[in-house]
Amino acid sequence: MWKTRIGALLLLIIGAGIGYFIYASEPALHSGKTVYGQGFAEKFPFKLGLDLSGGVQLVYQADVSSIKPEEVKDAMASLRDVVERRINLFGVSEPVVQIEEKGGITGPVEERLIVELPGITDVKKAVEMIGQTPKLEFMEERSTAELEKYNKAIEKFKADQAAGKPLNISAELLAGPYQPTELNGRFLERAVLEFDQTTRAPIISLVFNEQGSELFAKLTKENIGKPIAIFLDRELGNSEPISAPVVREAITGGKAQITGKFTTIEARTLVGRLNSGALPVDKLELVSTQTISAPLGAKALNAGIWAGVWGLLIVAGFLIVWYRLPGFVATVALLIYVVLMLTLFKFFHITLTAAGIAGFILSMGMAVDANILIFERTKEELRKGHGVHDAIIEGFARAWTSIRDSNISSIITAVILFWFGTSLIKGFALTFGLGVVISMFSAITLSRAFLFALPVKGHGAFVRFLFGSGFLKLK
Amino acid sequence: MFIVKYRKIFFTLSAITITLSFYAMAVKGFNASIDFAGGSIMEVSYEKRPDGETLKASLDKAGFEGAHIQMAGESEVMLKTKALSETDRQALVSALSLDGTLKMEEKRLNSIGPTVGKELRNNAWKAIVLVILGIVLFVAYAFRKVSEPISSWKYGAITTVTLLHDIIVPAGVFVWLGKEVDTLFVVALLSIMGVSVHDTIVVFDRIRENLKHKISNDFATTVGKSLQQTFTRSINTSLTVMLVLATLFFFGPASTKDFSLILWIGIFIGTYSSVFIASPLLVVVEKWQNKA
Repeated sequence: MWKTRIGALLLLIIGAGIGYFIYASEPALHSGKTVYGQGFAEKFPFKLGLDLSGGVQLVYQADVSSIKPEEVKDAMASLRDVVERRINLFGVSEPVVQIEEKGGITGPVEERLIVELPGITDVKKAVEMIGQTPKLEFMEERSTAELEKYNKAIEKFKADQAAGKPLNISAELLAGPYQPTELNGRFLERAVLEFDQTTRAPIISLVFNEQGSELFAKLTKENIGKPIAIFLDRELGNSEPISAPVVREAITGGKAQITGKFTTIEARTLVGRLNSGALPVDKLELVSTQTISAPLGAKALNAGIWAGVWGLLIVAGFLIVWYRLPGFVATVALLIYVVLMLTLFKFFHITLTAAGIAGFILSMGMAVDANILIFERTKEELRKGHGVHDAIIEGFARAWTSIRDSNISSIITAVILFWFGTSLIKGFALTFGLGVVISMFSAITLSRAFLFALPVKGHGAFVRFLFGSGFLKLK
Repeated sequence: MFIVKYRKIFFTLSAITITLSFYAMAVKGFNASIDFAGGSIMEVSYEKRPDGETLKASLDKAGFEGAHIQMAGESEVMLKTKALSETDRQALVSALSLDGTLKMEEKRLNSIGPTVGKELRNNAWKAIVLVILGIVLFVAYAFRKVSEPISSWKYGAITTVTLLHDIIVPAGVFVWLGKEVDTLFVVALLSIMGVSVHDTIVVFDRIRENLKHKISNDFATTVGKSLQQTFTRSINTSLTVMLVLATLFFFGPASTKDFSLILWIGIFIGTYSSVFIASPLLVVVEKWQNKA
């Protein structure tokens, strides 16, 4: 007996401790006063979804059609890095940039990039910052024969122009003096603005990634004495290279410098453009936008919290009125369940959304189910004339298969939801599924430990009243 | 037990509600939200709200014909239109503020491209089918040791019938109410399945136990007795879940109001079906077997 009581007391203390942790971790709960352990507890804030904190969610579809299938993963990873870097300039507290791969079984794989910016509502600025997709290309001179054709074409064009003849743009002219190489912005790690130490003239340093370094080394080796032209947005009509430095020697270090006749400001813009030009996919298309203003999010959060509080109070009221003493015990177990869940949300940084809160509140109702099953079963055993202690043992044992099987089916549902869901559904599935698992624990372990620790024995009228329920009177 | 005895009444009742639900779906059709159909929804708040006519004229001029304008609260306007690109969005904001002459705040925007919508729709169907499959297989497995008088896969099959019953009726009610069918609607249907099967399993579990203890030689009596024993539990559990859902409906965030409503309906139906439909169906199946 004492063993069970000490065990129950221990569980109660742990529960209270967890409760205190939640209390200390949320300044709003102790109205801003300093409480013991606050510093530690506050390290675990709730992670709120965009619909509760306010902010912007942008979903981009990346066009990867020109990238080899085996390189898509890398390209997407570096796209994420690039976008992340740009967002960091924005000063968002906890941006989320994640890659999502869709389809594959039923259709072509679609590569998506999901960008979440909590606290930001200026969609325009965000989209501009992320969405600029200038394309950087490195081109080499055409072969001598082709170049000759081009030069002839251009001479003819100039002559025609001077003579006032109708102008005719030939294919050679259109193709230009440069031909594409494998090297492009995908392989550029970054561009940096530097200054010549003696002349103070601006220099743009290009740093390639590993693959880019090899390509660049090969390209420079093959083009010594010839220019390498760097184009930005050539397809959009910028037919002039931004720079066409002549290669003096093969460059193997993966670094290149562009020197030219530009001012510091021009150079700075160019570096900015080069860095953004280094988007490693063909095109980024915005396919869905979601914005929620911060006050609207706060309103939803507030409503969610109050719904939770009222739900808890009503369930507790019902349990105590209908099931009396066991109902009270179940309420204590339910309270511990709630603080335990909140702590898990905090520890595992589970993103809370409105749907997630709904899942949590629903799981509260379901958590009670196990208790109700047990109590009804206990009551039956009491009716058969068993003593309270035996009736409780029987009640738990017999209710177990029901609790197990019914909860497994709920878990199956939660898992499938989590698998298929968008972030909205995932939030619900996670809190609901976690809730089912934890509630099974709280109903079986906590309620059981507390009930056995109670000093009730025998068949007395008062004891029978305590364990009775509803309008029924136990004989 | 009266439920088993008068089962025909309940079967008829369910047949009627299901027919009505299908009728509602056929006549009214699903009002797919932008989640599934693609499109956008924008909520703005004005310092001084213009009247609907002015807004409509301004929107038509900017190329947003057919936009659905809805006044909300004292100063808010909800707007539904096609999916927006960033350029579209700026044009829309400018049109809504009457070219910047009105002070206005963009409170919420949700824009979903058609491909995303289609994908969400497909996923929703896949999830529903998978959940049903998963549950049926599980029920058949959980009751594998019960073979007398009816085999375990029949328990699974009856569970499926009940599940379909439980999602068709609330879906019908929802369609009838003209509510929008969105992602949360599907989540609600799936959750209803979870809760409904929960209920059904509790009753079946009791039948399983009573069969083991051979409380009666008559299957119908055993089922009736099991129903009687689990009746209070079914009502009380559903009552608590419905109570918390009611608090979610009345106090909860606006975005989960419809969600809690459909869950509420679904849980009501789910409890009804596990008591009044699923178990009597077991008796019917057993009777068929005996005849054959």
